[in-house]
Amino acid sequence: MFRAPERLDSHYDVVIIGAGGHGLATAYYLARDHGIRNIAVLEKGYIGSGNTGRNTTIIRSNYLTPEGVRFYDRSLALWRGLNDDLGLNLFYSTRGHYTLAHNDATLRTARWRAEVNKHLGVDSRVVGPEEIARALPMMDMSCGGHAPIVGALYHAPGAVARHDAVAWGYARAADRLGVEVHQQTEVLGLQVEGGRIRGVSTTRGNIATDCVISAVAGYTPRILNMAGLTSPIYVHPLQAMVSEPLKPWLDPIIVSGSLHVYVSQTARGELVMGASLDPRELHTPRSTREFVTGLAGHMLDMFPFLAGVKINRQWAGLADMTPDFAPIMGRTPVEGFFLDAGWGTWGFKATPVAGETMAATVARGRNHPLITSFDWERFARFELTGEKGAAAVGH
Amino acid sequence: MKLIPCPLNGLRPADEFVYGGEVRGMPDPAAADDKRWSEYVFHRSGIPSVKREWWYHLPSGYWFVLERDTATDQVLRTWSAQQIAEAGVL
Repeated sequence: MFRAPERLDSHYDVVIIGAGGHGLATAYYLARDHGIRNIAVLEKGYIGSGNTGRNTTIIRSNYLTPEGVRFYDRSLALWRGLNDDLGLNLFYSTRGHYTLAHNDATLRTARWRAEVNKHLGVDSRVVGPEEIARALPMMDMSCGGHAPIVGALYHAPGAVARHDAVAWGYARAADRLGVEVHQQTEVLGLQVEGGRIRGVSTTRGNIATDCVISAVAGYTPRILNMAGLTSPIYVHPLQAMVSEPLKPWLDPIIVSGSLHVYVSQTARGELVMGASLDPRELHTPRSTREFVTGLAGHMLDMFPFLAGVKINRQWAGLADMTPDFAPIMGRTPVEGFFLDAGWGTWGFKATPVAGETMAATVARGRNHPLITSFDWERFARFELTGEKGAAAVGH
Repeated sequence: MKLIPCPLNGLRPADEFVYGGEVRGMPDPAAADDKRWSEYVFHRSGIPSVKREWWYHLPSGYWFVLERDTATDQVLRTWSAQQIAEAGVL
């Protein structure tokens, strides 16, 4: 699908660390929209081997803050045209998205999100138990009797896509525009002189460059450390699991914050399920038995008839968490060093818009208007972009 | 199942415990400028390393300090409340 360049040049105009969706999308939009094509994307594993290939593929824009809603809604607009843009079928499938409320506090947040969404032209509304029961007759509305569903935030544009194809599609499209994607190339250090980025050293040699973009999710603190920076980012594993394939029975995406469940059914019939973060900092994407038993228990509260269904696989990714559940994007205190990070548990849906806005930010040397509330300096200003009500658990 | 050594209860299943965050020193609020204070409030050492952390054994309501390698999840040692006071762990 794309070239595998044999040698690394000694200089590139732009070096992007991380060949996940975000890094590859940034390379693609830099080449397509800004004519910057002398780009190397460095990847220590293989394309899409990080969180791009580990997430549960949910795409939505029903966020809480106006800044978040505008940003993710731009992403949805890009998603809808992405099959044609990239010339690859991404299996983008609009399903509708229910965020279930089991108590008044969750319902209040749902109303808040619905009103912010409507104000910005995003199709979200609060629905009552009767409408939910009609749409989801297979769900136990009492959730085992201990968490009755009192309403939901319904978001019609909610969608899923094939995550691997997103990475491959962006890689191929960027490659065709002249971008070099170097897999099996690990970054060992960054050269910073007088507050400016000057180069990158890798397992395949050194590169001189005045522009580096880091898009490495759970490895962000290690890359920042190479540039002499600390940040609020803290790494926790996020686990997920998938069932054996079933006949199609679940069209929409279902999220329950109270039960720590999000679930959708893939085109292959598998149920893809996730829950909340592992509770402690850890830099190993390991799986645990506690995760499977806990999540399976909550799934059975909602769908008791699944009791005989087998779990096929489980896995984990390393989530780069921020205190306000918003990303950290754009310029950093090191001139020429740009960050696309803090994507925690909410990054897949942002892949196209993160690429588009990071590319514009790098090309123009100033943060794109859609990402100014996600800037590095917001913590020093004590001006956080509180997105926890829409980003935690609900993916 | 992951087991965690508790200074009071011995080896117990990990899901009986609550992670209470890294043990961190607070700068003098009167002396710290805004930048230093914001870094204390928000910034963390996010790279994998050996860290001292607060842990809580929920069934017995017991706080203690634990040293753990965040790269491997290996627990290296623990301190009881009394040892924390005696050893100056904080």
